Amino acid sequence: MNKALKNAGGASVDGRLLLSMHRTMLRIRHFEETIRRLAASGAVPGLVHLCAGQEATNVGIIAALEDRDFIASHHRGHGHCIAKGAPVEGLMAEILGKASGMCGGRSGSMHVIDMERGNLGTNGIVGGGIPLAAGAALAARARGSDDVCVCFFGDGALNQGLLHECMNMAAIWKLAVVFVCENNGYGEFTAIDDVTAGPSLPGRGEVFGIPSEMIDGMDVQAVYAAARKAVDYARAGHGPSFIICNTWRFGGHHVGDKQEYKDDEETRAWRLRDPLLRSAKALSAAGIVSEEAIAQMEQDAISEMAALADGVRNGSEPAAQTLLEHVYG
Amino acid sequence: MPQMNLAEALIDGLIWSLRADPRATIIGRGIAGHGPEHAAEDRLKQEFGSRIIDPPTSEAAVAQLGTGAAMAGARPFVHYGTAVFAYEAWNQFINEAANIHYMSNGQLSAPVTFHLFHGIRGGGGPQHSGSPYAMYANNPGLEIVLPTSPRDAKGLMRSAMASNNPTIVIQNAQLLGLTEDVPAEDYSIPFGKAVVKRDGRDVSVIACSRSVIDALEAADILEKEGLSVEVVDIRTLAPLDVDTIVASVEKTGRMVAVDETYEICGVASELIASVVTRAFSALKTQPVRVGRPMTPVPFSPPLEAAVNPGTQKIVDACRRACKR
Ligand SMILES: Cc1ncc(C[n+]2csc(CCOP(=O)(O)OP(=O)(O)O)c2C)c(N)n1
Ligand SMILES: [Mg+2]
Repeated sequence: MNKALKNAGGASVDGRLLLSMHRTMLRIRHFEETIRRLAASGAVPGLVHLCAGQEATNVGIIAALEDRDFIASHHRGHGHCIAKGAPVEGLMAEILGKASGMCGGRSGSMHVIDMERGNLGTNGIVGGGIPLAAGAALAARARGSDDVCVCFFGDGALNQGLLHECMNMAAIWKLAVVFVCENNGYGEFTAIDDVTAGPSLPGRGEVFGIPSEMIDGMDVQAVYAAARKAVDYARAGHGPSFIICNTWRFGGHHVGDKQEYKDDEETRAWRLRDPLLRSAKALSAAGIVSEEAIAQMEQDAISEMAALADGVRNGSEPAAQTLLEHVYG
Repeated sequence: MPQMNLAEALIDGLIWSLRADPRATIIGRGIAGHGPEHAAEDRLKQEFGSRIIDPPTSEAAVAQLGTGAAMAGARPFVHYGTAVFAYEAWNQFINEAANIHYMSNGQLSAPVTFHLFHGIRGGGGPQHSGSPYAMYANNPGLEIVLPTSPRDAKGLMRSAMASNNPTIVIQNAQLLGLTEDVPAEDYSIPFGKAVVKRDGRDVSVIACSRSVIDALEAADILEKEGLSVEVVDIRTLAPLDVDTIVASVEKTGRMVAVDETYEICGVASELIASVVTRAFSALKTQPVRVGRPMTPVPFSPPLEAAVNPGTQKIVDACRRACKR
């Protein structure tokens, strides 16, 4: 069983914001679906980790940031990239290793870096982004800026010493970092409870005096509300916060993982909590847009992503003579 | 004799080790990888489930926990999966485990085995394709084992688990499916004994890990051109069997050193240095080095292929060494 809390009601946000968050979540969902298809057909080199199911944590957090703020992501990071504004065609091309990819096909899904939008990168190393984010916050402080940096990491990274070392430093130096754990209940094929001790995950931040909370990561409004608080707190110079978003990856650890280690009942229950169903319901219940308009938004997202696939797939490969470029700057 | 793939043979070697020594324990899962050979691990779980623990993602601590357990009398086998994850445990491998015996003036040893999958694996990109064994070899106190066949994997694993030193068993993940007849009974293969995998007259290809397989393929290709290639698999990088290497080069008079680690300060460089400083006069032509060029491993498949010191590069190197 996951250490998930039941949804504690959910804050409500401005209708226009909710609509735009819903649209971004839809774009992420269907971007991932397109990647899944491409991977299943053999077009994606290596292993690819999809974030379908976790869109609310990606989008709700990043919606509370300004363009100038930073994020550091992890191996399940396409949603973070898109929420921070990455061009989806360049992202897709990177995941396929193409010359037109955001990193020229050098990095692939796990190391997409997008400095134009303050994205320090997805990261192939569990916990790798955490110190980078703390470092970016240190740099912001040094240049007298109030830019905020969010680091995303999975529940697996909770047990990397680096997280605790960085929380300590962020707390003593009051760095403008928001630590965001996307707790999807599993690290690879291992359930969180089998490897993670203690009665309280927020307790892991509280020991450093860091305001810490666990929230329903399937509710984009709740995620946004928690992020708003943490980002404002950091920007005001008070220091770090720690948010644990309980969520669920709908797919396997990577495309091709059959998830035999998961319990079917649990999977069904989480499926019913799909963050997209939730925000669609909130949008129509509040009369912000009609159900038809919501359905149209989804169609638009599907068409946008599906339309890219063939072009990206047939894109050119990086040229051999570029091999040794950028080893040194 | 049963047929085993390399993953099954590794597991078989481990099973014999656990049967032989009640102090042996396993930390980690996915020992046979997560690819098509993964089920080989099931036998180990069935027979020794109670001696296996699945650790959190805490590589640095796990390495040193294994070392501490070894110092206190256990014989842990610590599995890392992709070798680069053990970069987190750099200090623990190099500065703790490797130094214990020396620092204690021989009072203590740290008989821990670290197990890693290295190398270009297809789409691993810059952060998942590392081959750190040349860096490990630059530190005294570690034994480094690079199995390239199921038979060797079983016998070398057995020796690793019996060794009193911290030992790194590291193999290219793409070799896990190699299959051959493997003796069913318990046996070990000693460290420091290279093996001539193929006899030849014109040029010696000295290789390890994945490059041995590529070199054998290259030898087949060159045979059709009338070049007779000898292939030597060093099997263990530390200790290194320089005698067998030198004997081969003395026989053929030409040398190609090939390995997946970086060209600069890599294994191929060391192999050439060990021959040149011992048997310079045996060389009729300049030795040729084949390694990974000095760039992170790119994600793009064609760029990745360009950094891989594969069969074609070995073929070209042999032609150069033989002035063809
Ligand atoms: C240092 C390190 N150790 C191990 C791995 C292998 N690995 C890749 S993803 C993963 C699980 C991560 O789980 P979690 O942090 O919960 O993220 P999730 O995949 O669930 O999103 C592991 C162990 C790695 N990439 N880096
Ligand atoms: Mg997880």
